[in-house]
Amino acid sequence: MRAYSLLPASLGGLLLLAGLVSPAAANDTGGKLLATGGVTQLEGAAGGGLTPWAVIGGYDTAGQVGANAFYTRVQSGSYSLNSYGALVGIANRVELTVARQSFNTEDVGGLLGLGKGYTFNQTIVGAKVRLAGDAVLEQDSWLPQIAVGAQYKHNDQGAVLRAIGARHDGGTDFYVSATKLFLAQSLLVDATVRFTKANQIGILGFGGKDDSYHVEPEGSVAYLLSRDFLIGAEYRKKPDNLAIAHEDDWYDLFVAWVPTKNISVTVAFAPLGNIVIRDHQNAAYLSLQVGF
Amino acid sequence: MRPHLMFTGISLRAAVTALTLALTLCVGPVDGARADDATFQAFGGKAGLQSLMEDFMANLLADSRTRPFFEKANQTRIKAQLVDQFCQALEGPCHYKGLDMASAHKGLPPITREHFNALVEDLQDAMDKHQVPFTAQNKLLAKLAPLHRDIEHP
Repeated sequence: MRAYSLLPASLGGLLLLAGLVSPAAANDTGGKLLATGGVTQLEGAAGGGLTPWAVIGGYDTAGQVGANAFYTRVQSGSYSLNSYGALVGIANRVELTVARQSFNTEDVGGLLGLGKGYTFNQTIVGAKVRLAGDAVLEQDSWLPQIAVGAQYKHNDQGAVLRAIGARHDGGTDFYVSATKLFLAQSLLVDATVRFTKANQIGILGFGGKDDSYHVEPEGSVAYLLSRDFLIGAEYRKKPDNLAIAHEDDWYDLFVAWVPTKNISVTVAFAPLGNIVIRDHQNAAYLSLQVGF
Repeated sequence: MRPHLMFTGISLRAAVTALTLALTLCVGPVDGARADDATFQAFGGKAGLQSLMEDFMANLLADSRTRPFFEKANQTRIKAQLVDQFCQALEGPCHYKGLDMASAHKGLPPITREHFNALVEDLQDAMDKHQVPFTAQNKLLAKLAPLHRDIEHP
């Protein structure tokens, strides 16, 4: 994964550039309707905060390419997670993503003998393809938009991961998402099924007590308050496959603000439960997305 | 009489035929409380729609993405037909007598999803200006959105 070591610098540049782009002309860029490309979930796919949606990120429609970059910070009582990355949406059909996560163990790292502030870094390369449907326009049909995706993940702390009982430092998640906007009710609903071996989404490696894929449901419900504000809740079931530490399912309550097609800001409250030796990791989540 | 319920699961063309039949069978004026009269009233009734359409057309003409489709057209006629079409979609006391959407857009330059969504944005801007509540806006858009299948063409 050496090729991705340049990622932080180049993304920083992208974010800087994005700051110079005036959002004033935003209404004229890209063929999708506002917010219908979703925001960016933790691993870089277009979706909610925790779970991917079947929508293709960016504001591209047929014959267009859309792109955006994101930065997300999650701060719980004992840990922090920084995640950033970029997304390209092609013709409202294919979505390609890269993301880099850094999970800082803060004081817990010291208690575990890893060193205070010991950090697990994970690089994620993702792809998603829309197979059928249109979440937004097919309002006389029950058929949701359906997409399949994969997220290849590689963690840079293989030795420690093996020491805590994980079997691999890399792995690939596969998922199927169905997303439908019930426009007359101003309600967006997503259901996703993920096939994964990841412990704590890969931050604690892959495989453990067993080396099998686990089938995990995820879902989001979002209510549109206005064209640029949505509120919602998410759920992500997770495997609990490491012998040394219990792993909880994740929830969040979020508010997303999408003032223009160039910018979205998402804040969330997420009770993340037990992470390694610390229970009740209630987290604040902040995510910024800039589009091009 | 709520003929729109029959739209579910059938093609729009079949639905239009069914709608025409249903309206023919529906004798006399529609009176009493309509199920969704509140939404029609949220638009200010037919007068509200007529006023809305002035700003909608102004937006379409100001928007470089949609202007080419409207600048040489008979705008007065289009506005009147849109009033009837929206009024009917909102279950108001109107009957759209114009062409079906496929015929109405035949012969125009290619209409893409980007054009269709641009029109939606211009309509949203006009509805915002007229202070139509967001939930009522979405109820109208939900009725209109499937028309993209007949409006978009290569």
